[in-house]
Amino acid sequence: MNVLAFLIPIALGMGAAGLAFFFWAMRDGQFEDLDGAANRVLIDEEEEPD
Amino acid sequence: MNAPAILAIPDESAFIDTRFTVPGMRCAGCIAKIEWGLAEVEGIEAARVNFSAKRVAVRHSRLLDEQALVGALRQLGFEAQTAADNPLAQDDRETKMLLRALAVAGFGMMNIMLLSVSIWSGLGGVTRELFHWLSALIALPVVAYAGRPFFASALMALRYGRTNMDVPISIGVILATGLSLYETVTGGEHAYFDGAVMLLFFLLAGRALDATMRNRTRAGIGALLGRMGRSAGVIQPDGTIVRIEADRLEPGMVMLVAAGEALAADGIIEQGRGTIDNAMLTGESVPEQAGAGDTIYAGAINLLDPIHVRVTAVADDTALAGIARLMDEAGQSRSRYVRIADRASRLYAPVVHSLAALAFVGWMIAGAGWHQSLVIAIAVLIITCPCAMGLAVPAAQVVASGALIRNGLLVKDGSALERLAEVDTVLFDKTGTLTLGELRADVGGLDEEARRIALALAQQSRHPLSVGLTKTLTALRIAPIELSDVRETGGSGIAGRWGEVDVALERPAVPTAKTSVALRVGQTSWTIAFHDQLRFDAIATLASLQSLGLRPAIVSGDDPAAVGEVAQELGIEGTGAMKPAEKLAALEDLKRAGNRPLMVGDGLNDGPALAAAHASIAPGTASDASRQAADAVFIGESLMPVALAIQVARRTMAIVRQNFGFAVGYNILAVPLAISGLVTPLIAAVAMSLSSLVVVGNSLRLASAAKAPPA
Repeated sequence: MNVLAFLIPIALGMGAAGLAFFFWAMRDGQFEDLDGAANRVLIDEEEEPD
Repeated sequence: MNAPAILAIPDESAFIDTRFTVPGMRCAGCIAKIEWGLAEVEGIEAARVNFSAKRVAVRHSRLLDEQALVGALRQLGFEAQTAADNPLAQDDRETKMLLRALAVAGFGMMNIMLLSVSIWSGLGGVTRELFHWLSALIALPVVAYAGRPFFASALMALRYGRTNMDVPISIGVILATGLSLYETVTGGEHAYFDGAVMLLFFLLAGRALDATMRNRTRAGIGALLGRMGRSAGVIQPDGTIVRIEADRLEPGMVMLVAAGEALAADGIIEQGRGTIDNAMLTGESVPEQAGAGDTIYAGAINLLDPIHVRVTAVADDTALAGIARLMDEAGQSRSRYVRIADRASRLYAPVVHSLAALAFVGWMIAGAGWHQSLVIAIAVLIITCPCAMGLAVPAAQVVASGALIRNGLLVKDGSALERLAEVDTVLFDKTGTLTLGELRADVGGLDEEARRIALALAQQSRHPLSVGLTKTLTALRIAPIELSDVRETGGSGIAGRWGEVDVALERPAVPTAKTSVALRVGQTSWTIAFHDQLRFDAIATLASLQSLGLRPAIVSGDDPAAVGEVAQELGIEGTGAMKPAEKLAALEDLKRAGNRPLMVGDGLNDGPALAAAHASIAPGTASDASRQAADAVFIGESLMPVALAIQVARRTMAIVRQNFGFAVGYNILAVPLAISGLVTPLIAAVAMSLSSLVVVGNSLRLASAAKAPPA
């Protein structure tokens, strides 16, 4: 049973980390421009001005 | 990575941020062109495009004003307007809040389930107690956070002495959590944290779907007022010109309106002859000639020569602001529309409350003890939880709107599909709606050389006829010829020299019935007629609308003769020369007569009618204001999405009714079991989730709805 003392905190910690990451991504505006992100891959970097 | 590199910042305070709306960006190339193009302009530090919102945020030196930035964007080939501060912020906050709550509930649900599964599989003794405590530790903050949207709404309803779906949800969740906590503290056998959190998760999923759909393309009404000039050059008594902000203009001032400038206020022309693009107000694509004494309105664009205009009305008194107000008021009446889910909950919530209360009282009288009675009451509350009902509408609507988007129709609002399904009359605007709204030139009579000359002349001008001619000729892959000395004269035309020959595009010497221009090459002259082409499938669309049992008609601000011609061609009724307020009145008459009209229009003059109609659709080429007022926007040259929208909306409502039927049937079956005490709260939560899955599965059938063409 001792293993639980490690596994449960690890499981909770990983879940909480995922949640924190999602909150950060939202605050950081990662979901602000989904269509833009899809299109930006297509931009040719070579055209970039010097 | 894609943003231009940020250079060393010499003085932080010297830069300011300005946001522009750029409706014309459609591809990755546009993003690159705008961001890199702007970064090359002196004084601009960085530009960042938000493609979804069609906006550009520009960080620039204080020395550059908005006019200069709009000019820079125009040079890159994009029309831009200064945007007000993010008008979407309000709606965005609600959706984000729901998404966060959903994430938290999901996190809680998974972890509590993990613990619950071991308890179900026979865990006992100290470990079970430990797991209950852990569940409680996770569930309490999760319920407190993820439950807020429901608790807030339930409190609000109770404060006004009403009840809604959120009341039984809140009571169920709070009671289940409270009882589980009691069980945990007293070392009892069952805790129902899993049921409570799972309930919140499923309900939040429904809410988040609903909110995403509602906000998909909402843009601020500020977009409309953004069209008005923001400042004007006012001529002072001593002859100098001072730029004054639009809201500080006063009647009686004289503005100097330069070529290409939008009017900041209504006024009367004092001096000069102008060619006015009034497309904003009338939807009419042909510019009007206006001379001294004529009234022109804020938002109109002076195309050619500078004119002096004496201000007669400013800010809120302008005709444009009047239309905005009409739209706002007309939209209010529609927001009173009660959505089907709310109508259902009005009946449903009191029944659920009474049932749960009756179950509790009944079992108390039967002598079951307060603990068991409470467990049964909670099971009743959870099993009757309107989860399937909560999902019945948004699930169907999200699937249907996804199917419609693939067919070129963007539905903005969930309730729009409900209203679209109910319409029985369709009113069309003419220009830009039944027709393409672009003038196509009839160049059949011109030889190759004349075409090349015409293109060389036309592409020098921003006059709508020139733009139309350029489009037509470019589509025919004509290359322009080399001309010298090209100049544009306001009101008469554009002229140049081709070698030794004088060439010109000008107003025809003899006025013709149709809009036309004359092309002169030396002594030879051709007349080029323009026509506004009907959408290619207009007739087929009207036929399928009629087969769906709808009555189509035309209401247009255009010349009655032109409207009559189109109406005859399409075989429907048509009324011309209608002002925005008259269109609105026509709609109100229809509504009073018990009809449910659908308005399809594009011009700003259709704005109030779009907002007042039972449902409304605008083409993607419509003014910002009209797209904002409409429930749905269709993209491309086909009109068929209008008929498709109604067909899919009706099928959606059929599915919604099936979903409701299923949810009610499920309750009729499950409630007696719960009341008789045969269902534990956990089984109730599982049954509830299963019923939600059935509803979602049924809704998915709509994905194919838009594939079959309308009958």
